[in-house]
Amino acid sequence: MNGAAAMVKCLEKEGVTVAFGYPGATICPFYDELAKSSVRHILVRQEQNAGHAAGAWGRMTGKPGVCIATSGPGATNLLTALATAYMDSAPLVAITGQVSSELLGRDAFQEADITGAAASFVKHSFLVKHSEELPRVMREAFYIAGTGRKGPVLVDVPVDVQNGVVGRFHYPEAVSIRGYNPTLRGNQLQIRRVVAAMDEARRPVICAGGGVFGSLARRQVRLLAERCRIPVACTMMGLGALPTEHPLNLGMLGSQGGALANEAIRCSDLLIILGARVGDRAVTQSGILEKDTRVVHIDIDPAEIRKNVEAGIPLVGDLAQVLDQILEEGPRPHGDVWTEGLHLPKDDAAAFGLAREGFVNPRRLVRAISARMEPEGIYTADVGQNQIWSARNCLIREGRFLTSGGMGTMGYSIPAAIGAALAAPGHQAVAVCGDGSFQMQMMELATLVREQIPVKIFVLRNGCLGLVREIQDERYGGNRMAVDLSGSPDMTALAGAYGIPAARLDRDEEVDGAVRRAFDTPGPFLTECAVWPGEDTHQLLPEKEERL
Amino acid sequence: MKHTISVLVENRAGVLSHISGLFSRRGFNIDSLAVGETEDRDVSRMTIVADGDDYMVEQIEKQLNKMIDVIKVRTVANEDLIRRELMLIKVSCTAKNRGEITDVAKIMNAKIVDITKDTLTIEIADRPNRLDLLIELMRPYHIQEVSRTGTIALQRGSSIIGK
Repeated sequence: MNGAAAMVKCLEKEGVTVAFGYPGATICPFYDELAKSSVRHILVRQEQNAGHAAGAWGRMTGKPGVCIATSGPGATNLLTALATAYMDSAPLVAITGQVSSELLGRDAFQEADITGAAASFVKHSFLVKHSEELPRVMREAFYIAGTGRKGPVLVDVPVDVQNGVVGRFHYPEAVSIRGYNPTLRGNQLQIRRVVAAMDEARRPVICAGGGVFGSLARRQVRLLAERCRIPVACTMMGLGALPTEHPLNLGMLGSQGGALANEAIRCSDLLIILGARVGDRAVTQSGILEKDTRVVHIDIDPAEIRKNVEAGIPLVGDLAQVLDQILEEGPRPHGDVWTEGLHLPKDDAAAFGLAREGFVNPRRLVRAISARMEPEGIYTADVGQNQIWSARNCLIREGRFLTSGGMGTMGYSIPAAIGAALAAPGHQAVAVCGDGSFQMQMMELATLVREQIPVKIFVLRNGCLGLVREIQDERYGGNRMAVDLSGSPDMTALAGAYGIPAARLDRDEEVDGAVRRAFDTPGPFLTECAVWPGEDTHQLLPEKEERL
Repeated sequence: MKHTISVLVENRAGVLSHISGLFSRRGFNIDSLAVGETEDRDVSRMTIVADGDDYMVEQIEKQLNKMIDVIKVRTVANEDLIRRELMLIKVSCTAKNRGEITDVAKIMNAKIVDITKDTLTIEIADRPNRLDLLIELMRPYHIQEVSRTGTIALQRGSSIIGK
């Protein structure tokens, strides 16, 4: 067989059922073989979206999603998606075509040094020089992407290597890479120290991050919280670690978080960080962590320990395993949940009132969309005001909340919803975005139609780049520059041009009906929701209610 | 403070640029970097001298350890290391001062490896500060060119930084 056939066989061996991509000259041998396989190929309309879809697929399943692009511009278009996946530890294998080996380094047509360009955005990369190496490289790529701290791995394959001969196809079962041995089991001594700290603490708080999903540890987090009666604050990446309405859920922490979660962390005497990198927006710059709070930091990546926060008790390991170990030690249950004395809101429910005439209240809308979804539904949020409104008010039950947390990549929600919908067939998928981010991804409406993927899109249209507008109002004396989105199309008409049914929503009273209609209509659906341009994302404390 | 970091890496194309790229991306400054094969041809040793505080060194070690092609990382205190560097230095000379330069070289345990009627090329392999000293001593004679390899190091005694 040739190299391309071997690559496709590797995908099948890995159990890959869906791949997202966009072909070009140097990846044609691979596509020629992919056509003969059982792998379903989703043709996106821009490579970046193949990367986002594959990343979301990976975040849903815990196994690497696959995206494919050609050399040069195809590969460079993937970069933003790779960086997005890297920041959010999404398992992903990106396969790129490359110019023929003998042309490498000669600035040939559509040549880009993609392994070089992607170096800081991937967990690892391979530039394959010999066809015979392909099975081993593919095996290692999937192994590296899907184990330890998950992340994107790039496999760059020159066209002649795809065409070259693989004499005997052997797919290695085991992988042995001497420089890569992630620690999965927690050190028992540290486990006991963590349990002792938990037993001693009077005001413990769990901070749940994206690692809860990366390690498929949702069950264990809930078990630990319930058994010990420890309240849980979530980072944006950790939203859904506990259901939103679970009595121990404090909501989202950080500079965009809710008052309850932030105050709980400020008052805590023990902060138990589970799979979170303690990013600047979450903890360090928001200044919510007091100096004398003891910190337990559990993460699979040793490089995260002591990077952003000083951890009194560091613990490296796979979260699900570590939490099982902790639970085995039998940490003591606390009495009353101490945060019940903090009478603070965890969301913006106080500001769910009616919007101005001709607009909808975005907080209320977000709550209505998520409440109407089936419990296992998937909600993807984009970046901008819509992300903050969504993160603070989305009602998550057994489903997932996906957003670009680390990179803050606009244009994420629709391709991510495509990837997530295919990863969890039969479950509802919703993409919420603004009119700015919508126009960075609207070409994917075609993908929804072609593949008949029933994503429900809600565009919060306020005619401006709202979050930047807020920054300009607050810090630049209201000098609003380059935030006016006039010239944007009628999005219902645009959806209509693609054959996607659509509706416009501009009255709070009609929110429930509009959401129901979107879900009741088979296939994709777009709802354009009018939001007042002056609407801010500020945390609304009860005494500030009159601001609305 | 200067730190010497010894890194065992897979001897593969691209690894050197990958590692040096990590330093610049994370804002760590490298003073010197030397790389060569070890007794195992599949493994290279990189010896990196970097300037920074303890936090930086910890971060460097962890970030290096994260790289798949890195097999082992160890930062060793300078007093526990045998450190050596090789330097070639070409200086101007005249018939009159050639003897003087040769004397200095001899005192410094350096070798004259090339000679023309108006230049001398001296080779020295010693601790980095001894190389600095030789440069200072040669300055009066007008240095034409200097080439240094960067520091290499092994631990004193029987301990090793093995795979």
